[in-house]
Amino acid sequence: MSALNILHVDKTFGNTQVLKDISLAIESGEFLILVGPSGCGKSTLMNAIAGLEPVTSGDIQIGGEDVTWRTPAERDIAMVFQSYALYPSMNVRQNIAFGLEMRKMPKAQREEAVARVADLLQITPLLDRKPSQLSGGQRQRVAMGRALAREPQIYLFDEPLSNLDAKLRVEMRTEIKKLHQRLGTTIVYVTHDQIEAMTLADRIAVMRDGEILQLGTPDEVYNDPVDMFVAGFMGSPSMNFIPVTLVSRDDGYVLRVLDEQDPTGAPLELPWPPAREAQALHEWVGERLILGVRPEHFVEDETRMETSFDGTRLDVMATVVEPTGADILLQATLSGTEVTMRLGPKSQVAAGERVALRVDMSRAVLFETTNQRRVA
Amino acid sequence: MDNVIRRRTPGARMLRAGLYALLMVMALVYLLPLVVMLLTSLKPLEEIRAGGLLSLPDSLTFAAWLKAWGSACTGTRCEGLSGYFMNSVSIVVPAVAISTLMGALNGYALTKWRFRGANLCFALLLFGCFIPFQVVLMPMAQTLGWLGLASSTSGLVLVHVVYGIAFTTLFFRNYYVSIPDEMIAAAKLDGAGFFRIFWRILLPISGPIITVSVIWQFTQIWNDFLFGVAFAGFGSQPVTVALNNLVNTSTGVKEYNVDMAGALIAALPTLVVYVVAGKYFVRGLTAGSVKG
Repeated sequence: MSALNILHVDKTFGNTQVLKDISLAIESGEFLILVGPSGCGKSTLMNAIAGLEPVTSGDIQIGGEDVTWRTPAERDIAMVFQSYALYPSMNVRQNIAFGLEMRKMPKAQREEAVARVADLLQITPLLDRKPSQLSGGQRQRVAMGRALAREPQIYLFDEPLSNLDAKLRVEMRTEIKKLHQRLGTTIVYVTHDQIEAMTLADRIAVMRDGEILQLGTPDEVYNDPVDMFVAGFMGSPSMNFIPVTLVSRDDGYVLRVLDEQDPTGAPLELPWPPAREAQALHEWVGERLILGVRPEHFVEDETRMETSFDGTRLDVMATVVEPTGADILLQATLSGTEVTMRLGPKSQVAAGERVALRVDMSRAVLFETTNQRRVA
Repeated sequence: MDNVIRRRTPGARMLRAGLYALLMVMALVYLLPLVVMLLTSLKPLEEIRAGGLLSLPDSLTFAAWLKAWGSACTGTRCEGLSGYFMNSVSIVVPAVAISTLMGALNGYALTKWRFRGANLCFALLLFGCFIPFQVVLMPMAQTLGWLGLASSTSGLVLVHVVYGIAFTTLFFRNYYVSIPDEMIAAAKLDGAGFFRIFWRILLPISGPIITVSVIWQFTQIWNDFLFGVAFAGFGSQPVTVALNNLVNTSTGVKEYNVDMAGALIAALPTLVVYVVAGKYFVRGLTAGSVKG
């Protein structure tokens, strides 16, 4: 039985449809992340699950029970908010115990629960402080403690890390992951940060304009995106999109890279790996398509011997070189298209130089130009 | 030391000195009536007749204050202002408490439990801030009569509560609108209902705006004369009405010192409230969101 079941949920505000026929099921103990750009409906969906906003149509079931028209208090869920939403007049202990008190738990048990989560989150020394005396990271922990103390069926996290600075965010991210592994809780987590989504989730739902475009494991969403939006949204730097024409040869398919600036020059051609010749591909021969290649699928040619990387040779002009420490991001023009590549930190490339590269076409993807759906 | 960089030439200094002198004169002019009142109230009657409005009293006496409090004649009765002062207290205290509490509830409902037409509702409530007192005298008298509250303290309390809700709602609505909705959502998820959230979460952080509301309402109701004179019975007249009667009593000698002492007695509570809580008043009016 799934812990949370969302069935054909619609939500409209006036004339705008914010959620369009959303259906998804979450297993008990699963970590599901709703990710998407702002305004995609992910927070609205979260509020609908929490019962903070009524849905226009559809059903929401928690633990097999229909809760569509139950109040937030009756749903056995807890939520961690972006602004932490701690009660300023209460100290940490009272903040954590408030939900238990409202549920009429006896005082002794309440104290036990507070001690347990305080220990779990290492906030025991802070129990008598007011929220205003805490740092951002500490407030975040208290907000989580408040949710954990209740031991609800489902935890909802609404962009819990976006108010923290970069370093703390990474720490808390690990902390949340550890907590999930230890407690095996069911979590629905909203974020606009695709790295959070990739690192934390068991499954990711990528949303746009009130629809779930793709629901899958981080690996599926990253390596097997259903369309250009998902492919471009997941991953940083983003996937490169290169306009190509599909050409059929005796020895297989070839992608001819179109150069708008220089139509007369010899066109660059990239062979499509024979192992991935989909049945549908022949319909697209002679058509314009979009080739998607991730920055890390390029490798400098010299490094070829060190890795088992076999790919197609390329020769590009480096325009911008951005060392990040761990690796080097290279901007280059590939037949008129600006392309980002991720090279090893030892690369000696300088801006304005030509670089010999190889591209791993076995992991490349192809999209339609019109509706941006995946072709192969 | 003020925190401004300015020219330090002799001419500029002269100009500044002149500016300060002018400001001090203006302040004096402003304070003079109060000073005259205070001085007059502390002099015996003969000294006042002798003239010298601004001269310090030769023989300091609190007789006028005692008389104004205990035995001055207001109309036909000669029991001073003390009884009326207490009437005012028993009107002001419940009226301030009820109107503040109702304003807080209104502001809470209008911002955190938004319903269809909440904005219209608020706009209509705001009309109450702009209706002159005189307009409602007749209908209010009629209503009090129907309710059986005419000429009673409860009647006056009702009138002041009705009139005050517009202002207190405005105060609390604007304060609560800056408190993050997420805090209320968190409390809902924690299992608290409408009133529980109000008592346990919102009221404890409403200190600044409660102060504003209390000062405002206290001043308005304490200083009210029109409703007092129109709706109070003999036993429930507020001190403002009694002061008027005291000053206008035409029998006997005109006792300026008693009049002044009476006026100061009637004005003192609002002054005290402002002095004690004034800084919270300013702070509350400018309070932004509560940093949680």
